[in-house]
Amino acid sequence: MTDRWFDDAAGPVVRPYAMTRGRTRSSSDEVRLDLIALVIAQSRDGEGPAKAQETGDGGGDNHQGAAGEDTGGGAHDNTDVLADNSLAPEHVDIVVQCRRAPQSVAELAAELDLPVGVVRVLIGDLIDADWVRVSRPVPPAELPDESILREVIDGLRAL
Amino acid sequence: MAFGRSKRGASKATPAEPVTLKLLVAGGFGVGKTTLVGSVSEIKPLRTEETLTEAGRPVDDTAGVESKSTTTVAMDFGRITINDGLVLYLFGTPGQDRFWFLWDELAQGALGAVVLVDTRRLEDSFAGIDYFERRSIPFTVAVNHFDGAEVYPPDAIREALDLDAEVPVLVCDARRRESVRDVLVSVVEHAMRRAVAAQQTEPRPAPAR
Ligand SMILES: Nc1nc2c(ncn2[C@@H]2O[C@H](COP(=O)(O)OP(=O)(O)OP(=O)(O)O)[C@@H](O)[C@H]2O)c(=O)[nH]1
Ligand SMILES: [Mg+2]
Repeated sequence: MTDRWFDDAAGPVVRPYAMTRGRTRSSSDEVRLDLIALVIAQSRDGEGPAKAQETGDGGGDNHQGAAGEDTGGGAHDNTDVLADNSLAPEHVDIVVQCRRAPQSVAELAAELDLPVGVVRVLIGDLIDADWVRVSRPVPPAELPDESILREVIDGLRAL
Repeated sequence: MAFGRSKRGASKATPAEPVTLKLLVAGGFGVGKTTLVGSVSEIKPLRTEETLTEAGRPVDDTAGVESKSTTTVAMDFGRITINDGLVLYLFGTPGQDRFWFLWDELAQGALGAVVLVDTRRLEDSFAGIDYFERRSIPFTVAVNHFDGAEVYPPDAIREALDLDAEVPVLVCDARRRESVRDVLVSVVEHAMRRAVAAQQTEPRPAPAR
């Protein structure tokens, strides 16, 4: 259903979508990314220096992606993403931002000054290529429990 | 599968990711939504755009191609970090009917909402109130008191808006942080009363969507 609008007549509005090659969705988002889903950088198996600590584990099963996750506070070596020719500059921006700290989809859209729809596609690409993963927020229709709500109230009162 | 890797096993190696929660800020044109978000957000309120077509909404026959593809809506967006494990996001977006497609997305999983009201244009808030009532999303009505507007007691406003007794009504000044904080506390308290009541009775069916 999302393909419909990307037709010949769509005109110049399509420009921001050029970097997504006209796609309005990616293969990864059959589950639509929530605006407050956190995008988390992860290091990739069998790739450059960023994940040196993980080489030697030849297992190749998909649990290990998170193990080498880079959440450290310091500077990050981004040569690996920068060297990936399959990525658009905006893809790289997302990875670099998320390496500093996990970012919500909405934050990324605002910081990159791109429509949410475009950012979703870009994130989908990065998920497919294992650059990032996404945390699932509290599922819809399942509100957080009382203790979390109390924590929120106390936190707000302290503002 | 996008979420496959974020399951249990992943959290061992690193501290758990924060839980993210969202509150919505609805209200008519110029009622103070951007101001409210800015008063409490730790980041300068960001604007994100959502495109109408992206929501997959059925396009009505009268609309031309251009209007189909160009309609974008700016959302105000702010963040409050409660602690390492808990981050609250605020989303504000226009309350006109034609933007409800956006609310449908935002409302999913929302903890609660603020409906900002200007007493000079009460009717601008009707759509938002209806929306949250129908979806059983707990909301607080915050009366943004503009200079020169007549002051009405909250009960008069409750009556004029035909609100359920459980809906908190507060007078606020969206420019003042403490005032906005009180509004947000009220929303979350309201949500908590709901949650507690729901636990005590039967598990209630999921809100109609
Ligand atoms: N006196 C007074 N003025 C306010 C208050 N809140 C907002 N304003 C002013 O009202 C104007 C509109 O506020 P905004 O926050 O931009 O309103 P909005 O709801 O975001 O407006 P739109 O996004 O255009 O629908 C601004 O000039 C604010 O400074 C308030 O509590 N009291
Ligand atoms: Mg505004």
